Amino acid sequence: MQTLLRPFAIKSPGDLARIGVILALAGLILFGALRYDNFLSPFNILSFLRYNSMFALIALGMAFVIITGGIDLSVGGTAAMASVVAALLSPYHWAAGLLGGMAAGLAVGALNGFIITKMRIQPFIATLATMLAAYGTGLLLANNQSVSVSYDTGFTVIGQDDFLGFPIPAWIGLVAYLLGWLVLEKLPVGRHILAIGDGEATAGLMGLKVERTLAAVYLASGTLAGLAGVILASQFGAGQPTEGVGWELFAIASVVVGGTLLTGGSGSVGATLAGALLLAMVFNILNFENGLGWISLSAYWQSVIRGAFLLVVVVLQAKLMTRQRSG
Amino acid sequence: MLLSMQGISKAFAGVAALKSASLEVEPAEVMALVGQNGAGKSTLIKILTGVYRRDAGDITFDGKPVDFTMPAEAQSAGIATIYQEINLAPQRSVAENIYLSREPKRFGMIDHAAMRRGAAAVLQTFNLAIDADRPVAHFDAATRQMVAIARAVTQNARLVIMDEPTSSLDEREVAVLFETIRTLKRSGVAVIFIGHRLDELYAICDRVTIMRDGQTVAKSPMADMPKMALVRHMLGKELAAFQAMAPDQDVPERPVRLAVDKAGAGVRVRDVSLNVREGEISGLAGLLGSGRTETARLIFGADRMQSGTITMDGRARAYREPADAIADGIGLVSEDRKIDGIVPDMSIRENMTLALLPKLKKAGIVDRARQDEIVTKYIRALGVKCASPDQPIKELSGGNQQKVLLARWLATDPRVLIIDEPTRGIDIGAKSQILKLLRSLADDGLSVLMISSELEELLAAADRVTVLSDGTSVATLPRRELSEAALLAAMAHQVE
Ligand SMILES: Nc1ncnc2c1ncn2[C@@H]1O[C@H](COP(=O)(O)OP(=O)(O)O)[C@@H](O)[C@H]1O
Ligand SMILES: [Mg+2]
Repeated sequence: MQTLLRPFAIKSPGDLARIGVILALAGLILFGALRYDNFLSPFNILSFLRYNSMFALIALGMAFVIITGGIDLSVGGTAAMASVVAALLSPYHWAAGLLGGMAAGLAVGALNGFIITKMRIQPFIATLATMLAAYGTGLLLANNQSVSVSYDTGFTVIGQDDFLGFPIPAWIGLVAYLLGWLVLEKLPVGRHILAIGDGEATAGLMGLKVERTLAAVYLASGTLAGLAGVILASQFGAGQPTEGVGWELFAIASVVVGGTLLTGGSGSVGATLAGALLLAMVFNILNFENGLGWISLSAYWQSVIRGAFLLVVVVLQAKLMTRQRSG
Repeated sequence: MLLSMQGISKAFAGVAALKSASLEVEPAEVMALVGQNGAGKSTLIKILTGVYRRDAGDITFDGKPVDFTMPAEAQSAGIATIYQEINLAPQRSVAENIYLSREPKRFGMIDHAAMRRGAAAVLQTFNLAIDADRPVAHFDAATRQMVAIARAVTQNARLVIMDEPTSSLDEREVAVLFETIRTLKRSGVAVIFIGHRLDELYAICDRVTIMRDGQTVAKSPMADMPKMALVRHMLGKELAAFQAMAPDQDVPERPVRLAVDKAGAGVRVRDVSLNVREGEISGLAGLLGSGRTETARLIFGADRMQSGTITMDGRARAYREPADAIADGIGLVSEDRKIDGIVPDMSIRENMTLALLPKLKKAGIVDRARQDEIVTKYIRALGVKCASPDQPIKELSGGNQQKVLLARWLATDPRVLIIDEPTRGIDIGAKSQILKLLRSLADDGLSVLMISSELEELLAAADRVTVLSDGTSVATLPRRELSEAALLAAMAHQVE
């Protein structure tokens, strides 16, 4: 019995929070399904997945960064810049747009890794600086306006078409999350990332290659942000240098809601996905609520509500943690 | 020769921690590395394993010159290290910690089953019945130490370094550790064992390297190094710099003010009995780890006593927290001024009256006039050299900071003052001033319990010295029997 239950055993402070987010997500879906007619319609589900895959990708990279005890504020700016690069390259070949956008993200990630590990600048400061630089570069490349993508090379397929009945962005997200789960749970480097978040100096003394691992994590976060930028450009038909504002907050919120501690050293890929979906679901439900016509919420009010929701979750999480610790 | 370190020097922020230290280890031998706190043992090890870069010196391992730039390199070269501050990832499981950085793999993925099996097997050899899937943070210090040891010995290293591995272990665990060391030795692995408990060193080590003040002062086979000589090498001699200050005569047997009888708590304090008499300075001597500071904490109510009694002025007492002890007239000037003593940015005035503030309040406001009166009195009485009472204490020299701390306690009007290493880190001149001060306070009726690692200090100031060894009081020497030789003999005493 004990061994059977092992995967569900609550062994670390984050476990309870992670189970909580999955329950909350299920509850929210149930609520929506009962309250709104078209909530579980294929159209709503597919457009929900299509649109939110971008955010899920960024949240995945952010989860790894936060597990190491760091933060990556540059993801929104990186996605915006990558969307411009992808749009500019899309006339040559769809793959040029895709790879170009990802390369742009990878470049920012590499720069973050370099600044943080070699120049020993705090991640918060380093990525704040690269965020500004990425926005600036995007605006420069785009001449201050959105850049239309080419509709001739098939670039728009990435963001707009389906494969086996599911949106391609959702497939990309799924593959990314599966890879992320594999890395964190099954590969040695995943354990090293967790151990580094547990204490960088200690991890070094235990013989882990701390700098190299940290650099790889920021590289991955940047590349995933680049990929999100590619999907953005492809889905909306334009590279958008002014998009991406607040994306990093959405990503951080998803990770935190998913039970990952901001102090690092613990976290789960699956729960991060659940956290991202949960936040997106709150959005979706607010849209439906507007649609019902009982109330009318402006975008500003929606922000306020999401902020309040996040606060509640974070407070609950903190409470759980302290109870678990002392218990 | 497996390892040879020669002429190793290292300075931290201009302060020398190692001055041309050396260390040599043969294959399959257990080398004791000993020295007082701060002698440089841990620094020497960290230079070997690439945690710190050396300023000068040469290291050869296995006949080849080496220069590890990070612990990962030393580890893959065959050096496994248990650092003094136990280094494990607290939120990761026991099994993961044992295998971190060399996980068993199948198809590139961690073989969790093999890892769990391997961990269970090692833990078994250590008689540890724990769930290896639980996070390390879940376990107590001794278990964590054993996990760190398990991690080190499973690395198939040629050299295993253990920096004070036994400090949190009980006897049974130490026995298991020693068995492991013997097994390592039989398979040709060399061990560097850093420790303080003499019986342990003599039980397990083949040779000894002694360090003092960043230098290697002696190397010898363990069997050729009598305990007395070892202690003498460790402590060194600064006698010349000191003049005896206390009258070298018999002291009258004054009434006992504070009596500790058969006190015990955990593994650090086993059986301590001592008396502090009215108007006397009682010394508390012993090697590092002998339980002196822990004894002071017990008396002061900072730790819970598990057995034994404390009597103050003939009445049995049980202090549950320091506030109780303070209310009863006991003060404790702790060992590390920086950590729990001074508030560096606050003024002398504030630092001196910190413990007194509740009493200085009038209608909720600090009575500035009385505060001034007290501060002026003690600055003059103790001869604190300062520009003004409002100077930040961090601008004072170590000796003057110590005086301010002393004043803080004296202002509470204690009847017993426990003072842990009163002259650590202050220069010779200030040292003798502090000791004179303690003497004159005793003459005024204060009872002082002085913990000290410096024999000269005890010889110069104490009326009576109780010697601890391994948490047990093994001797109490009155003034007329006090001598360097007598102290050394008692400190080297072994409890069977
Ligand atoms: N990281 C550091 N920064 C500054 N000083 C240090 C550091 N590590 C050790 N020291 C100093 O070096 C000296 C030797 O310390 P250490 O090697 O820890 O001694 P031991 O292990 O023999 O007790 C001490 O004076 C200590 O304060
Ligand atoms: Mg040390």
